[in-house]
Amino acid sequence: MSQYKVVHCNINGKNVEKAVDVRASLTDMLRNEYHLTSVKKGCEVGECGACNVLIDGEAFNSCIYLAVWAEGKHIRTLEGLAEPDGRLSDIQQAFIEETAIQCGFCTPGFIMTAVEILEANKLYTDDELRKLLSGHLCRCTGYENIFRAVKKTMYNRLGKPIDF
Amino acid sequence: MYDIKALYEAESIEHAVSLRLEHPDAQIIAGGSDVLVQIREGRRAGKELISIYMLDEMRGVSLDDDENIRIGSLTSFSHITRDPIIQKYINVLGEAVDMVGSPQIRNIGTIGGNTCNGVTSADSASTLHAWEAIVELTGKNGVRRMPIKDFYIKAGTVDIRADEGEIQTAILIPKSSYENTYGHYIKYGMRNAMEIASLGCSVNVRLSDDKKTVDRCRIAYGVAGPVPMRAPSAEAVANGENVSETLIDEFALAVLNDINPRNSWRASRDFRLHIAVQMAKRCLLESIKKAGGVIQ
Repeated sequence: MSQYKVVHCNINGKNVEKAVDVRASLTDMLRNEYHLTSVKKGCEVGECGACNVLIDGEAFNSCIYLAVWAEGKHIRTLEGLAEPDGRLSDIQQAFIEETAIQCGFCTPGFIMTAVEILEANKLYTDDELRKLLSGHLCRCTGYENIFRAVKKTMYNRLGKPIDF
Repeated sequence: MYDIKALYEAESIEHAVSLRLEHPDAQIIAGGSDVLVQIREGRRAGKELISIYMLDEMRGVSLDDDENIRIGSLTSFSHITRDPIIQKYINVLGEAVDMVGSPQIRNIGTIGGNTCNGVTSADSASTLHAWEAIVELTGKNGVRRMPIKDFYIKAGTVDIRADEGEIQTAILIPKSSYENTYGHYIKYGMRNAMEIASLGCSVNVRLSDDKKTVDRCRIAYGVAGPVPMRAPSAEAVANGENVSETLIDEFALAVLNDINPRNSWRASRDFRLHIAVQMAKRCLLESIKKAGGVIQ
């Protein structure tokens, strides 16, 4: 017997509500109900970070988060980053400039973690930055370019000269 | 979709207790980073769940009237690490839980879940044992408190009375336990992120006023036995003695009288015994330094 619940939340700045199967993960809800397909289904056990989204400003693997827990929360996905006219955000642009992408499957998750890092408005050391990015697996890039893209954006936002 | 038979969402602690009494076979879910993964694996598939995740009254760190530290059971690891009370009085706990899983896991994982699953490798558990934490349970007969060492019964089993509707509501660190006390935790693993400890060691010391004598030393391990454990022989070696390099060596060797690690695919018993001594040594040395002591 299916059990449904109406979940009200704010997704990428818009208040929304939908009846959701209580067995759904937040990944299921964001992909199937809201068609936010930047939220990838990777390992589905909270290890790879491909489904990562921001909930009230913190990074969560949406695959191990029940959809009903989204009630009252502010959720942000990659789709919410670009300007309405399609202009990319600084962190997205940095991923392109630093060739931090190959197949692209891990990218949305990585970028949303980067958004949380950048919004802390702190100048992290390289070691701190590596630790903060460690919840994501990338099988293409070898991480170095991803690290550079995040570091560069962090320095730019804080108005500091970059020092690789 | 998860294979869940039914989901009951608690709206308050009292509601959680009554749901537990109504549905004795249901599994409690806090952050879900263990329970949901086990459902995916099939181990807990097809069960009823009682979600307590939305109970914000069980989140946060505070000092009670007697200045004991009270950590709500649903407080996430990342919030514990960032909390000013934790940083001031028991920073080592914040450091220990900052080694759990990954940043995203530390945002969802809760200290209550980390202890209630009864796992020996839990990164919070050795530090909570070493600081003699008190576990608070709330059930139909009110609140029950017990030392954390009595909370762990055997691997995977803790003293929560489902038939009394109990849920864990807080973890307390008594003032007498944290006052003038400094500690250090080492996690040994193959990699830094998304790793379960091969062995975890947490030590803390309180030195005499002149910083020359060990007034009180406590040490606890994770994965040195089926449940997290203290090493009382090692503590007895150090307590009341002068701070010295010899003392640190004798203390570290004495842990071998207490611990009983197993062979597993992560590490052999012999390797665990070897690193247990080294970790005890380094943890005590670091704790003494943090307490302002000087090694003679």
